[in-house]
Amino acid sequence: MDKIINNVDCIVIGAGPSGIAAAITVARSGKKVILIDRSEYPGSKNMYGGAVYKRALEELFCDDIQNMPYERIINDHTWAFLNDEGVFNISYNNPADSNAFAIKRFDLDSWMVNIAKKEGVYYIPSTLVTSLIIKDKKVVGIKTELEEYFAPVTIIANGANTILLGQAGLRKKDLEPKDVILTIKETLKLDKKTIEDRFNLKEDGTTGKNMLFFGSDFGNLKQYNNLFMMTFLFTFKDTIMLGVGCNLEDLKKNKLNINYILDEVKKHPVISQLIKDTKSIEYSAHIIPEGGFYDMPKLVSDGVMVAGDAAGFINGVHFEGTNFALISGKLAGETALDAIEKNDFSKNMLNNYIKRLEKSFIFKDLYTYRNVINLLHKRANSISVYYPNKIKEFFEIITGANNISKSQQYRKFLTNFIKERNILELFKDAFCALRCALDMLFGK
Amino acid sequence: MRLRYAFWEIITMNDDKNKKSIQDKLANIKYNCDSKSHLILDQEKCKNCKEKTCTFICPANVYEYNEQLDEITVVYENCLECGACKLVCEKKSIEWHWPKASCGVVFKNS
Repeated sequence: MDKIINNVDCIVIGAGPSGIAAAITVARSGKKVILIDRSEYPGSKNMYGGAVYKRALEELFCDDIQNMPYERIINDHTWAFLNDEGVFNISYNNPADSNAFAIKRFDLDSWMVNIAKKEGVYYIPSTLVTSLIIKDKKVVGIKTELEEYFAPVTIIANGANTILLGQAGLRKKDLEPKDVILTIKETLKLDKKTIEDRFNLKEDGTTGKNMLFFGSDFGNLKQYNNLFMMTFLFTFKDTIMLGVGCNLEDLKKNKLNINYILDEVKKHPVISQLIKDTKSIEYSAHIIPEGGFYDMPKLVSDGVMVAGDAAGFINGVHFEGTNFALISGKLAGETALDAIEKNDFSKNMLNNYIKRLEKSFIFKDLYTYRNVINLLHKRANSISVYYPNKIKEFFEIITGANNISKSQQYRKFLTNFIKERNILELFKDAFCALRCALDMLFGK
Repeated sequence: MRLRYAFWEIITMNDDKNKKSIQDKLANIKYNCDSKSHLILDQEKCKNCKEKTCTFICPANVYEYNEQLDEITVVYENCLECGACKLVCEKKSIEWHWPKASCGVVFKNS
C-alpha cells in the first residue's frame, strides 16, 4: 500500500478544548501543526456537565468570544441536599456575572475548530490515530488508519479514554474504578418560554441556572447507603441538561447501573417538578478521571506531552474541567514552540511544560485538592444519607408548627444527632472537614 | 423462602425496567454503525468470571450474558464510548478500541 509521508512541526491528537488550545498556540507562531480528530464533526464525541469558563477562553480567543454561540450565561448557582421528599438548598445568584457559559459541545468545539483553522491549524477530521510511532524511545510521529504523520513533537489530548499513553510508557496501568466517576446525562427538550418561567431566567440568555444536588436517600435508592453521587442540572436555551455522576467503584460494589440512579433521581418529587413535561432528546455517557494529583500519568517523555482529560486535569469539587483543558493545552503548545525554536525535543526540554503547569493554577489546584475527593468519598454515607436526613429533621422542627414544645424538640434532635450513629462517625466527619479545610488554607 | 423469592423478583423486575429505560433513551441517539465490533472479548476469560460486572455497569447495556451459549453477547452498536467497562472488568478480558474513524456515536446536543 502506498503510504504518504507527512512531515510537520507538531502533531496534536484530539480536537477538544486542550487539543485546540495547543494547536492554536503553535500555529500562531507560524509553525506547521496538524490537529487530528477521530470524529466527523468537532464535539460530536464529547459530553460535559454544561459550562465553559470565560477567563480560560479569553486567554486563547481574546475578543473572539463575543461571537461564541453560547445558549445562556450561567450565573445562578444552587447547591442542594435531597432528602426523601424535599430539598435544602443554598443559592448564589448574580445576574450581572458572566463567568460561565452554557453551550453544547457540538457548537463549542465547532466554533473553536473554525477559529483554529483561520489561525492556520491543519484540521484533519474523521481520522483515528491507531498508534504512536516510537523510534529509540522517542515519539516521532503517529499512525492513523490510512497514513503516517511525522513530527518532532506530539501532544496527546484525546481525552480520558486515551489508549496512547500506555504505548508511550506514560501510564503503566489503567485508571482504577475508585478514581473514576461515571457520568451520564440526558438532554431534555422544553419550550424556551417555559424554561424561563420555571427557573426565573431572562429571555436574552444573560442568566442561567446551574444546580448541584447531593443526597441519595430517596425512592429505591434508599437501600444503598454508601453512594458517592451527585446530580447536576444546567439550563440551556430550549433544553435542560440533567445528569448524575457516581463513583465507579460504588456502582460496581452495589451492582448498580447508573441509568437506574438517573431514573430514580428523575422521580424525586423536587426534581420531577423541575423537569416536568420535558422530552428526552439525547443520552450521553462519559468517565471523569478524579484521581487528581496522585493519579496523573507521566506528562512528558521524549517528543511527547499530555494535556487535558488525558492527563486527568480536573477539579471535580468545583466542576472545572474545560478551563484546565484549555490552559494545559496552551502551556503544552508554548512548550512545543520553545522546543521547535531550540530544535531540542528531549524529555529535559519538554519538562518545561511541567514547570509551566507548576506555575499555573492547574498544578496548584490539583495539589490543593489532592485529598479532598478521596476524603469525601470515604464519607459518602454522611454526605448522601445522614446529613441530608438530619437537615430534614431540623427544618421539620423549624417549620413544623406541630404543637410540641420547641425546646423539647431541640433537645431530642441533639441527643438523636449523637446517639443515632456511632459517635466515632461524627469525629471522622469532623476530621474529614478539618483535613479539607486545612488543605484548602495551606494549599499552593 | 417466599420472602427471598419476592425480593429477587423485585430486583429482576427493576433490572428489566432499567433495560427498557436504556433502550428508550438509546433510541434518541444518532449512530454511524461500523460493520465490525470495536469491543473484543476474550470469551474464555469471561466464562471464568463470576462477577460479570460489564453486564450491569454499562450505561448503554452493551453486554448481555447468554446462558445457553455461556457467552457474553456484545451489542457494540449501542456503545456510548465512555470506557467504563474496560476499567471495571475483573479479568481484563475487554480489548477496548475506539470505533473506526467517524463511526460510532454522534452527540449533537450534549
